Amino acid sequence: MTPAATVPPPAATAPVPAGRSGGTGPRGGNALLGLLGFATFLAVLEVVPRSGLVSANYLPPTSRIAGALAELLGEGRFWTAVADTLRGWFLGLAIAVALGVVVGFVLGTVPVLREFTASTIEFLRPIPSVALIPLAVLLFGSELGSVLLLVVYAAFWQVLVQVLYGVRDVDPVARDTAYTFGLSRWTRIRHLLWPTALPYLLTGIRLAAAVALILAITAELIIGAPGLGNEINRAQSGGAVDSMYALIIVTGLLGVAVNGLARRLERAVLSWHPSVRGEETP
Amino acid sequence: MNATGISPDGAGPLLDVRALRKVYTGRNRSVEAVRDLTFSVGAGDLVCVVGPSGAGKTTLLRCIAGLLAPTSGEVVLEGAAVQGPPPGMAVVFQEYGRSLFPWMTVQQNVELPLKQKKLPRARRLELVRNSLDAVGLGDVPAAYPWQLSGGMQQRVALARAVAYEPHILLMDEPFAAVDAQTRADLEDLVRSLWQRLGVTILFVTHDIDEAVYLGQRVLVLSSSPTVVLDDVAIDLPAERDQLGTRSSARFAELRAQVFGQVQRAKHQSGAPDHQSGAQGQPAGSRPADTGTGPETTEDRQPTDAGSR
Amino acid sequence: MSAHSTVRPGRRSPGAAVGTVARVLRWIAAVLGLPVALLALWWVLSADSETFYLPPLAEILAAFDDVWLRSDRLRADVLPSLLRLSAGFGLAVVLGVGLGVLIGSFRRVRAFCEPVLEFLRAVPPPVLVPVLMLFAGFGNTMKVLVVLSGCVWPILLNTVEGVRAVDEVLTDTCRCYGIRGPARLWHLVVRSASPQIVTGLRQALSVGIILMVISEMFAANNGLGFSIIQFQRTFAVTNMWTGILLLGLLGFLLAVLLRLFERRALHWYSGLRQFQRNDGHR
Repeated sequence: MTPAATVPPPAATAPVPAGRSGGTGPRGGNALLGLLGFATFLAVLEVVPRSGLVSANYLPPTSRIAGALAELLGEGRFWTAVADTLRGWFLGLAIAVALGVVVGFVLGTVPVLREFTASTIEFLRPIPSVALIPLAVLLFGSELGSVLLLVVYAAFWQVLVQVLYGVRDVDPVARDTAYTFGLSRWTRIRHLLWPTALPYLLTGIRLAAAVALILAITAELIIGAPGLGNEINRAQSGGAVDSMYALIIVTGLLGVAVNGLARRLERAVLSWHPSVRGEETP
Repeated sequence: MNATGISPDGAGPLLDVRALRKVYTGRNRSVEAVRDLTFSVGAGDLVCVVGPSGAGKTTLLRCIAGLLAPTSGEVVLEGAAVQGPPPGMAVVFQEYGRSLFPWMTVQQNVELPLKQKKLPRARRLELVRNSLDAVGLGDVPAAYPWQLSGGMQQRVALARAVAYEPHILLMDEPFAAVDAQTRADLEDLVRSLWQRLGVTILFVTHDIDEAVYLGQRVLVLSSSPTVVLDDVAIDLPAERDQLGTRSSARFAELRAQVFGQVQRAKHQSGAPDHQSGAQGQPAGSRPADTGTGPETTEDRQPTDAGSR
Repeated sequence: MSAHSTVRPGRRSPGAAVGTVARVLRWIAAVLGLPVALLALWWVLSADSETFYLPPLAEILAAFDDVWLRSDRLRADVLPSLLRLSAGFGLAVVLGVGLGVLIGSFRRVRAFCEPVLEFLRAVPPPVLVPVLMLFAGFGNTMKVLVVLSGCVWPILLNTVEGVRAVDEVLTDTCRCYGIRGPARLWHLVVRSASPQIVTGLRQALSVGIILMVISEMFAANNGLGFSIIQFQRTFAVTNMWTGILLLGLLGFLLAVLLRLFERRALHWYSGLRQFQRNDGHR
């Protein structure tokens, strides 16, 4: 039984987690439990500061945070910050994806290049992007450029590495077939490499999207570039603890939205794709 | 239909399956996998259970092993009702590739259950060495299971079961996934282990030849919902070999007898002459569609569990 | 009638001695070629650099010696950073694996916790720095907590995934052979989740380094992040570059350490995967 890579089996929909056949609880029960879990979480955060277990000056009750959040939503300044953050995130991510795809395909399809760049990639990849913060400040000050430098650096590796895995994953039999039939380089890329690497690329984009958001907000927080991170900083130094928590919740919601969006994109693009592959662990 | 199996010395059966019934309840429908199974296995017996695929064989075995709670009826092992996996029992699964711990060497795989039994180290090592020697793997204790061929992996699983010193050994289509030559070797290995160790073996298979070749008795199951259709005593000589035994006239007769029953089984579910069969659908109306049986093992795809 | 199956040999083809030497030379060229070329390029291009932000590499390397090796900084700055990182990371491993096993083992617990975990994971960890500063002040506790708060999620979520995916046949095997309690937890659950756990560790490590640096940039009087940001603020650009280099080197070395650990702990896994790939029939 060879996991068919050349002959597409019926399109896989949402991957079903392997479980015992005839598993007990229905899906609806799980969603309900999850909702209950979230409600419990909020309730605990309400009760703990009210009971005096933790000072409300450090951790305001949920209701006060909700109030601050409602207030924020009415402020133009808040929405400008959200837009700034999203701009930095999106531009950085787009640049990183474009770079990652081009570099990944070039390196992946030329074995010699791949062999001679492997060590450099392995060396550069783990360098923490925050190491570039001082450089970014000196070069761009607290502007969008600083944000982009950090975001692109961090997100690029995620995309590149996944694309490289994807290109490597091409089924050797299919590759040999393509050579035997004398398919042109372009046809090979279009019909063999691209479809194989696509699921990996999408995984890379998903990972990169999360990292990009973290780095965008980090840059704002540390460097002071305009955006949500900067707002959190202001709220903190101004002693507006309620708004600070509200802003943090907004960043969390943005994170959830970014993850959700990336997963939807993945599913939408891959719904016609022969296989939905998992992340490769190197 | 002789399904008592009480051993001649009058010691009573080692394993007693009484009116076993198992219904799987799904979201919208429930499937009766096993309707009414009653049989017993005497101490020291080698009993084969054969039936068409989808005949609830795996369900039966999982109930006996204590991995699955029956809907009604009971399984009694050595006088005690089985509630969970009993201590005196070892199981060899069909999926050799997934029943061995890939992060342990062959030696560690065989030794782990013995550690759990709190046996002293010297005794453990002795048991491991002896059982590996017995299955012909004395020279690879340091190898990892995935470095071995399928047949050798199943030998490791067998060695692990033997080292556990069980009173009864359950085998769930253990050789269904290995090639024919290896399979013949493993069948002879099971016979010789049984003769040497005197362990009781319940061997589930869908292969009629295998059942007749191995067993002292062959229980023929109907297709799901399952009942016992026949209990065939195999009066072949104790010393069997692949060539001689399989070409003997008696083997052919027995094989034909079991084959006939299995053919009948394919079109028959829930024996009509059983009282419990009265409630079900008319016998023979069920198509030979074996895919509906909730045999968990056969539903499982050999997925690459590690790639996630 | 003997078992005709044998132990499959490792795939190592002993080549001729000459071929081996050539291969080793080529390997060395592949590993060192590009990095050396890049460094040389940097050296040459920056040699006459008058740009304030880009001092000559020669100068940076000379300063590196003075700034980090011939001073007290290794003990006074680098060591505290590493200690904070390892404390936070270590706590995250204990907490992440422990909770992950617990959550992953029980379907209902998982359903209950999942939405909250998804949210908490999505919060960009650096925004927690201001929050934790409220609770724990500016000291080491705050920094360890910051690292912990960022590292714990990838470990936790990957552990949950790994525990979920424990093979059913192995689970049954454990039940049949009476392998229960701590033995089951270690030999079955943790070991079979270990590939995913290590993936989590890798993700956590890169987040951890980032957070270590950020927490020190925010509020500290020693540490690697503190030093780098001090250099930048005092426009000691050459020193700042040495800091960036050191941080990059540190990131790389820690990644290598983790890789070595992985190779030891998961050698069975890479072997298994390789056989599966070569075999195809599984």
